[in-house]
Amino acid sequence: MSDVKKFMYLNRRAPYGTIYAWESLEVILIGAAFDQEVSLMCMDDGVYQLVKGSDTSQSDMKNFMPTYRTLGDYGVRHMYVDKASLEARGLTQDDLIEVAWEDFETEEEVDNIVEIVDADQVAKLMAESEVVFS
Amino acid sequence: MADLHTVNKSPFEKNSLETAIRYSMAGSSILLLEDGVYGATKGTAMEGMVKDAMGDKKVYALRSDLMARAIKEDRVIDGVEIVDYAGFVDLVEANDKVQAWL
Amino acid sequence: MKLAVQVNEGPYQHQASDSAYHFTKAALEKGHEVFRVFFYHDGVLNGTRLTTPPQDDRNIVNRWVELAEKYDLDLVLCVAAAQRRGLVDEGEAQRNGKDATNIAPKFRISGLGQLIEAAIQSDRLVVFGD
Repeated sequence: MSDVKKFMYLNRRAPYGTIYAWESLEVILIGAAFDQEVSLMCMDDGVYQLVKGSDTSQSDMKNFMPTYRTLGDYGVRHMYVDKASLEARGLTQDDLIEVAWEDFETEEEVDNIVEIVDADQVAKLMAESEVVFS
Repeated sequence: MADLHTVNKSPFEKNSLETAIRYSMAGSSILLLEDGVYGATKGTAMEGMVKDAMGDKKVYALRSDLMARAIKEDRVIDGVEIVDYAGFVDLVEANDKVQAWL
Repeated sequence: MKLAVQVNEGPYQHQASDSAYHFTKAALEKGHEVFRVFFYHDGVLNGTRLTTPPQDDRNIVNRWVELAEKYDLDLVLCVAAAQRRGLVDEGEAQRNGKDATNIAPKFRISGLGQLIEAAIQSDRLVVFGD
């Protein structure tokens, strides 16, 4: 087995109501140092983690939403969003942040790694992962 | 390739069981534990969904959690296999990975 | 099989740490290797020695300690989660100017990298939580 594993971080929780979203984000940031093949999967209330426009100025909570925009720099190659979860919440891709990605060695660039996927793709992507963090 | 999916929520409280069923591949195993074992009981609104899932997936329930919740074996949906913690460990070993639907 | 176990909830509030304990114990009794048990989120509360449950209830913290003593288990509390929730060892007390420690024996406080490393090194990661 090679040292590089396919990691998937599964996010199914809304931000702010509980600390899970924020502390799960910390795992991704730290995990970047280990150079694994990393993707993020947002489904159920986890899709709310990628909605843009969060303003915590009156709630006195740390606004960690801008950090998601930097995940491309932390080795995250794909940020998947479950289509059914998004639609059930009346959201579209326009409501979500955009996250750019660049490979500094090959200079390959992707404008936005936030990708909406259907149920079959979600199941397949999860099955193909070697480790799922929840 | 097969995975073990663990579900620890009552299906009447959260959609974890429904989601685990919908987003798992044929040939997967689903282990119900903690409040998840309520999903293994006969005669509930969830029974049909669980039976449908058993068409191409295997469903297990953790014995100690069934017992604590007064769910006798004759109340468990036919075909759901009851396992103890040693059986849980065996399922982890028999599958490629474990995915927890928390 | 080499296992990594992650515990995301505190003791007593949620059954997750009970499930994780019974699973870990069963795996060890079957001869499997448990590379590490990593405590995250409120799971770090499994590692305070000040826990005092009623006499007629299980002592979840001591149970971990005894299992670790028997099998030389590596019990790791995430440092960031521990700092937020007031879990302190000698090193943390000195670094952050705290007047006491509360970490239970056999537990140690370390970084999230320990979770990532455990996931890489182990054949399976098994997560318990809410």
